[in-house]
Amino acid sequence: MKNIVSREEIIEMSGTDPAKCMKCGKCSASCPAYDEMEYPPHRFVYMIDQGNIGPLLECVGIYRCLSCYACVDRCPRGVEPAKLIEAVRVIAERKKEGNRIKAGELFEKADADMPSQAFSAAFRKYTK
Amino acid sequence: MQLNGYKPKIVAFCCNWCSYAGADLAGSSRFTYPDNVKIIRVPCSCRVDPVFILRAFGGGADGVMICGCHPGDCHYTSGNYHTRRRMKLLFSMLDYLGIEKERMKLIWISASEGEKFASAATDFMNTVARLGENRRLGDLRCKSKTEQN
Amino acid sequence: MKRIGVFVCSCGSNIEGAVDVCKVVEAMSKEPYVVYAANCKYMCSSSGQELIGKAAAEYELTGIAVCSCSPRMHEATFRKAAASAGLNPYKVEIANIREQCSWVHKDTAEATGKAITLAKAAVSKLCRDEELYPQSFPVTKRALVIGGGIAGIQTAEDISNAGYKVDIVEKKPSIGGKMAMLDKTFPTLDCSACILTPKTVDISHNENVRIFSYSEVESVSGYVGNFTVKIRRKARYVKEDLCTGCGLCAEKCPTKNVPNEFDLGLGSRSAIYIPFAQAVPKVAVIDPDSCRMLKDGKCGLCSRVCGAKAIDYSQKDEITEEKYGAIAVATGIDPIDVTPFDEYSYKNSKDVITALELERILNAAGPTNGRLVRLSDGIRPKTVVFISCVGSRCTEEDERGKTYCSKICCMYTAKQAILIKEKYPDTDIYVFYIDVRAPGKNFDEFYRRAAEKYGVKYIKGMVGKVCDENGVLTVKAADLINNEQMMIGADLVVLAAAVEPDKTAKALASKLNASIDGNGFFNEAHPKLRPVESPTAGVYLSGACSGPKDIPETVAQASAAAAKIIGLLSKNTLESDPCTAHADELKCSGCSLCANVCPYNAITYIEKEFRMPDKTVKIRRVASVNAAVCRGCGACTVACNNGAMDLHGFSREQILAEVDSICS
Repeated sequence: MKNIVSREEIIEMSGTDPAKCMKCGKCSASCPAYDEMEYPPHRFVYMIDQGNIGPLLECVGIYRCLSCYACVDRCPRGVEPAKLIEAVRVIAERKKEGNRIKAGELFEKADADMPSQAFSAAFRKYTK
Repeated sequence: MQLNGYKPKIVAFCCNWCSYAGADLAGSSRFTYPDNVKIIRVPCSCRVDPVFILRAFGGGADGVMICGCHPGDCHYTSGNYHTRRRMKLLFSMLDYLGIEKERMKLIWISASEGEKFASAATDFMNTVARLGENRRLGDLRCKSKTEQN
Repeated sequence: MKRIGVFVCSCGSNIEGAVDVCKVVEAMSKEPYVVYAANCKYMCSSSGQELIGKAAAEYELTGIAVCSCSPRMHEATFRKAAASAGLNPYKVEIANIREQCSWVHKDTAEATGKAITLAKAAVSKLCRDEELYPQSFPVTKRALVIGGGIAGIQTAEDISNAGYKVDIVEKKPSIGGKMAMLDKTFPTLDCSACILTPKTVDISHNENVRIFSYSEVESVSGYVGNFTVKIRRKARYVKEDLCTGCGLCAEKCPTKNVPNEFDLGLGSRSAIYIPFAQAVPKVAVIDPDSCRMLKDGKCGLCSRVCGAKAIDYSQKDEITEEKYGAIAVATGIDPIDVTPFDEYSYKNSKDVITALELERILNAAGPTNGRLVRLSDGIRPKTVVFISCVGSRCTEEDERGKTYCSKICCMYTAKQAILIKEKYPDTDIYVFYIDVRAPGKNFDEFYRRAAEKYGVKYIKGMVGKVCDENGVLTVKAADLINNEQMMIGADLVVLAAAVEPDKTAKALASKLNASIDGNGFFNEAHPKLRPVESPTAGVYLSGACSGPKDIPETVAQASAAAAKIIGLLSKNTLESDPCTAHADELKCSGCSLCANVCPYNAITYIEKEFRMPDKTVKIRRVASVNAAVCRGCGACTVACNNGAMDLHGFSREQILAEVDSICS
C-alpha cells in the first residue's frame, strides 16, 4: 500500500486536470454541501494541483460530497471538481483495510432490480 | 403647472453639450415636465454669469436652474469646475440678498439623462412653487408690465 | 433697420399636435422688427428652405428665426439656407419648440404659450446677432512626431505614406524605444527586434521622413496648422553624415566600463558607442561624461582610428527652427523606480530584478547573450518568483506607487514565464498575483497556456517580503486560496514594475499647452470619442503617452493619430468657428484673470498704444484672444471683472435679452 498519493495519480484516475482551474470559485459557489466540508471544492482542486493530497485523504469532506455534479456542470474551464473528489474518495477507501467486496460474493448479492453497473462500480471502488 | 392659481417662472441655463442634449432627450423620450421651465442655451455652464441669474430674479423669475455636464465630463475640460465655484459664491450672496437659496439649483445632467432632466425640472418646480412668488429684487417696472399684459 | 422673418415649423404633427402654430405665427407677426411670419409643414425640407430664400428676398430680411426642432438637429441646415439666401449664416436663431415644448407638454394652451415665449426669446436674441465670419488660416503641410518608439515610428510612417513630410524627434541616440529592448512579444512570441528592425530601417530610408535623433523639443509656439518648434540637437561629437557606423572607434576606446543604458546598466559600453547593433541612425555618439578627451583633453584615439574622419570634439548643441501643421506626442512609458519598495530587497540583492531587466537578460543580444543566469554568481536559477502589481493599483496616499493598473504586466509576466520554461523546462516558476488581467485577442488563452501547459504556478496572493540572507532569497507570501502563509526559497525574483509616463512628458506638455492628468499622462480631447486628440487643437496623442498600452494597442492608436493628422494636413486652409471670445481693449485692464481660466491658453497679452483724450499716447497691456485656438466656452467672459470679455454668438447682451424676454 502506497502512503503517498501523487497529483499525477489523481489526474490519471479522475481524467481531469486541476491545472486548468482559474480560481474563480464557481464550484464552491454551486456546492450544496459547502458548509460541511473542511476543504470546499475550489480549495480541494487547488490542493490537488499543489500535490498536497494527504489532508484530503483524511478529511470527512470527501464523504460529504453529494456527487451532484453541480460543480462539474458549472465549471467554466471544465475542471470537473467532483471527479477529483471522487478519485480522492476512492483512494481513501482503498487505503482502508481489506477488500470489502470479494469477487465471489458478487453473484450472491445480485438482485434483479439492481443495475449491474452499480455492482461493477462498487467492486471497483471497494477493492484494492 | 399651477399651484393655487400661481404659476412660477423658471429659467434654466443648459450647456450645449450635455444638459441641452439631455433636455432634448427628455423631449424625444416624451418625459413630461412643467411648461413654465424655459431653457436658455449656453455653450458651457461656465458661460453663465451670476449677473444673468440676478437679472432673471430681478426680471421676475421665481427660480433659476443651471445645468452642466458632470464634473470631469466638460466638453471644454474644466468649465463646469469654474461654474461650481462661482455658483457656490453666488449661493451665499443670494442668502445675503434675502433670496431663498432653494430658488437656485445647480445640477449636472449628461446627454443621456433625459429622465433626470425631466424629474429635476419637476422637483425644482415644486420646490419653487412651495416657496411662492419671488418678491425680492423684483423690479417694480417689470411687475407693472406683467400686470398690464 | 432690422427686418426679421419668423418661420414656424409644424414638423408634420410633431409640433402641430401640441402647439397651435397659427397662434404662434399670429403672435410673432406682432413683435417688433418682425416683418414676416409664416408656417410651414416641414421647415427642414427643400420647400421649407426655399420659403426662407423667397421670404428673405421679398421682405429684405436681415435675420431669420426658426421655431422648430432642437438647434442640435438643424441649426446647420438653416444656417446654410440663410447663407444661400444671401444672409450671414450667423444671423439665424432657433426656438426649440419640439423637443423642449410640443413633445413634453400635453396641454395645447400651455404648450402654445411656451412656444410663443421661446420664439420671442429667439427673436430678441436675433435682434442682437452680429454678422460673423469664420477666420481662415493656412496649414503648414509638415508634421512633427515627438518620440521615436514604435508609436512615433508608426505615426510617421502612416503620415509619410499619405505623401506628407514628417520629422521625428527622439531624445536618445537611436529610435526604437522600449520595443527595441524587448526579447519577444506576447501573445505570439514574435521576436521583437525581428518585427521592429524592418520598420526602423524603412523609416530611415523614407524620403518624406527626417529623423532628429539625440534631439529634444526646446520650445513650441503658434497654433493648429502653424506651429513653430525649436529643436535642440544635442552634440554627439560625431558628424552624423560622415559616420559609417563601423564601430571601430568603440572597439579602440580605452574607457570600457561605462554602464550601458540600453542594457539598463547590466552590461557596459565604451565612452564612444553605438547604442545597439540595429540602431537607427547607426551613428556613434560620445558620452561627454566619460570620454577622456572631452574631460581631460588627453586621448583622441577614436579620432585617429576613424577612417571617415567623423569625430568632432568641438561640436556644440545646435538649435534648429522648423514649422509644422500638426504635432503628434509619442513619448511613451517607462517602468517606475522600484527601489522605494524595500520589502522586495531590490536595492540589496542583485538577484531581485525588474521585468525589463529580465527582458535584457533573456535577449540574445543582451548582457548575458540570452542565457538566464543570476547576476550575483552567474548560476542558472532553478526557482524563479514573479511578483505582479509592484507599484500598480496603490492608493493615492502611497507615494511609491501609482493608482492605476499598468495593464501590460500580467501579459509580459506570462510571456517571460513561458520563455524561461521553453528554454529551461526544469525551472520552478511561481507567479504571485492579485488578479490576472488579460483582456485582448488571444491574451487569456496565452496566460492559461502558461499555467496549464507550462505548469507555471499561479498563486493568488501577494508577496509580503523578500529576504536576502547571504545570497539566499526567501519569499514570504500569502496563498489566499489555501488561506495560509508560505515561504519559498527563490533563486531569482522578478518584479513587474508599474509603468509611468516618460520623464520628459510633463515639461513637454507645458511647452505644447496640452493638458496632462494627475498621473502625468496626456489628456484626451474626449476619453471615449476623441482618444487620439489632445484638447489643444493640432496636438495629437500617439501610443502610451495617454495611458499604459501594449504594442498592438499602441500601433492602433499611432495609426489613428496619423489618420487625424493626415485629415488636418490635407486641408489648404483651416476655418475657425467664429463663435469665439473677444476682448474689449478699452475696458481690459490686463489683469490675467481670463488667461488663468482659459483651458486652451488662447489668451495672450499685448502691449498696445492708446491715444488718450488729451492727445497723449499711453501703452497698456491688454488681452488678445487667438481666434484659431479659442473654442468659445465662455469661461473668460465670466471671469473678467471689467466686463471686457464677451463671446461672439452668445454675447452678454444676447443672453440678457433672452432672460428678459422669458421673464417678462
